[in-house]
Amino acid sequence: MPTAISLRGLSKHFGDVKAVDDLDLDIADGEFFSMLGPSGSGKTTVLRLIAGFEQPTAGRIELGGKDVTGRPPFARDVNTVFQDYAIFPHMSVRQNVEYGLRVKRVPRADRRARAEEALATVRLEGYGDRRPHQLSGGQRQRVALARALVNRPQVLLLDEPLGALDLKLRRQMQIELKQIQRDVGITFVFVTHDQEEALTMSDRIAVFNEGRIEQLATPVELYEQPASSFVAGFVGTSNLLEGPVARDVVGSDGQFVVRPEKVSMLAPADAPAEDGEHCVARGTVREVVYLGAATHSVVDLDAGATLTVAHQNTDRSIDAALERRGQQVLLVWSRDSLVPLGGNDAVPAGSTTGRQPSSPEENTP
Amino acid sequence: MATPAVTRSPRGRRNRPRGAERPGRGTLLLLTPPMLWLGVAYLGALGALFITSLWQQNDFTGAIERVWTLDNFRDLFTIDVYRTITFRTIAIAALVTVVDALLAFPIALYMAKVASPRLQRLLVISVLMPLWASYLVKAYAWRGMLSENGLIAWLGAPFGIDTPGYGLPATTIVLAYLWLPYMILPIYAGLERLPDSLWEASADLGGGAWTTLRRVVLPMAFPAIVAGSIFTFSLSLGDYIAVRIVGGTSQLLGNVVYDNVGAANNLPFAAAVATIPVVVMVIYLAAARRTGALENL
Repeated sequence: MPTAISLRGLSKHFGDVKAVDDLDLDIADGEFFSMLGPSGSGKTTVLRLIAGFEQPTAGRIELGGKDVTGRPPFARDVNTVFQDYAIFPHMSVRQNVEYGLRVKRVPRADRRARAEEALATVRLEGYGDRRPHQLSGGQRQRVALARALVNRPQVLLLDEPLGALDLKLRRQMQIELKQIQRDVGITFVFVTHDQEEALTMSDRIAVFNEGRIEQLATPVELYEQPASSFVAGFVGTSNLLEGPVARDVVGSDGQFVVRPEKVSMLAPADAPAEDGEHCVARGTVREVVYLGAATHSVVDLDAGATLTVAHQNTDRSIDAALERRGQQVLLVWSRDSLVPLGGNDAVPAGSTTGRQPSSPEENTP
Repeated sequence: MATPAVTRSPRGRRNRPRGAERPGRGTLLLLTPPMLWLGVAYLGALGALFITSLWQQNDFTGAIERVWTLDNFRDLFTIDVYRTITFRTIAIAALVTVVDALLAFPIALYMAKVASPRLQRLLVISVLMPLWASYLVKAYAWRGMLSENGLIAWLGAPFGIDTPGYGLPATTIVLAYLWLPYMILPIYAGLERLPDSLWEASADLGGGAWTTLRRVVLPMAFPAIVAGSIFTFSLSLGDYIAVRIVGGTSQLLGNVVYDNVGAANNLPFAAAVATIPVVVMVIYLAAARRTGALENL
């Protein structure tokens, strides 16, 4: 697949702060690409560098194979949907959407037709004569989207465009955005700090931390195989096992992650037979959090760490779960769902309960 | 007993939206002196001015006769020289406003969007600084510079430029100089409020610097420019000192008022002349209101 955007050795320093630090990245044509990270991780700076609002300290930016480093924003075939939408308040919705075409001297009739088409794409037919202040937040967001799409750019950059919307509208727009992206076939580069949003929409996600990409993967890989404790902690709820706890429970040194929904909680009496396929840990339920569709139990392991266990509320077992607070339980999970982090070896099979570690790494510091 | 009592409880009152809150007695007491000042000193004086303009002066004794008459206004409208002076004054005020807007916009733009925060503060101070000096000193300084062997003649000599001398051009220059800060500050405030993302959005959609300025920045700064023009226009309309110092023999409405108060001692006619700028300003403000400029003051 051809490359839409290619970043090479890209850096942006603000004084002593390395907002973006020697970044290499290729984004494929037609991809829905998300840049995920906490605030200050550099994801927005990368977007602004691609748009041309900032000039890189070092490195190269290519759009569709052409070097555009140093070109001003108006000479790049990308359009941006801004976090605050940046709708021109003194223009009508139609004038806003037509702005890009008007500046490029597209004839009036053509302009009008394309603006109507773009408004239809974002389901705002008939809103052309409205003034921006008459629109709701969600509608303004759509105008911003139409205003960018009408130019048919190679790449659409979206800077946390759903951040200001309420949860319900946000979920709806997530689905719509994905739909629009499929329909128009434009590469979307989406910046967000919301992991759920990134997982929902993206083909691939780059997780940013301190100006660097921590992991670049598909949503499934990112969730199932986080490469570092940072990614594991940022994407979804993670249960981290490390140091003595890992040695004790897993039977090996290193860092391991197990997702809450992969852990089952049993009464101490129901201990499974030791088969070498499962990890078993004993603990006490500290807290039970009812979340509607699911229940989370926070369990303090006897070995030292704290694990969260998710349980779908598919039956009425919630009453039983709530009564477990303060009780001794047994946590069991398959070794397959245990993810080793940051370059340690594969999970050793061997000890079943983890209580009598037998792996050779046992004594390595 | 319970339900109505609850709605009237102090707690319910505190929960009312801010705008809906009725001022208490304390607030009224605090507001009375300043409101009285506004009512009596400003609006009252304006009313007195208008009433005086409907009286007349005895030609022989010079005493004011409190007889209702429209003679003063009839004179104003029928005697050519007053009409000429009125239009001249409005034209000068408009010209001063245009000159100030043209000078102030780039300065304000630089202050608001280009200068570093440190330089920004320095520039705001330097714009305000001339306001600390006495008006008279500044006007006389210009008189010196505009004189036949003054600074302007001396500086312009190598380029074949001579001083405009004393007259209406000099008056325009001096008024434009005097009121420039009143134009810069509202435009600066207006531009500063403009989010950077609007500039970026315009650039992002293909607009170069010039297009962005013309299609986004200027239209959005327009109410602020109108707000500044209210100051420059109204201050120019009523000015009588600058024109006396650098205006040569030219007359503006302010001089006419001054001469009728002083030399001619015809207060009713002076009051009638003074109503002209007031009426012009009322019309101007009504027009300005439509642009949303009054929210920018």
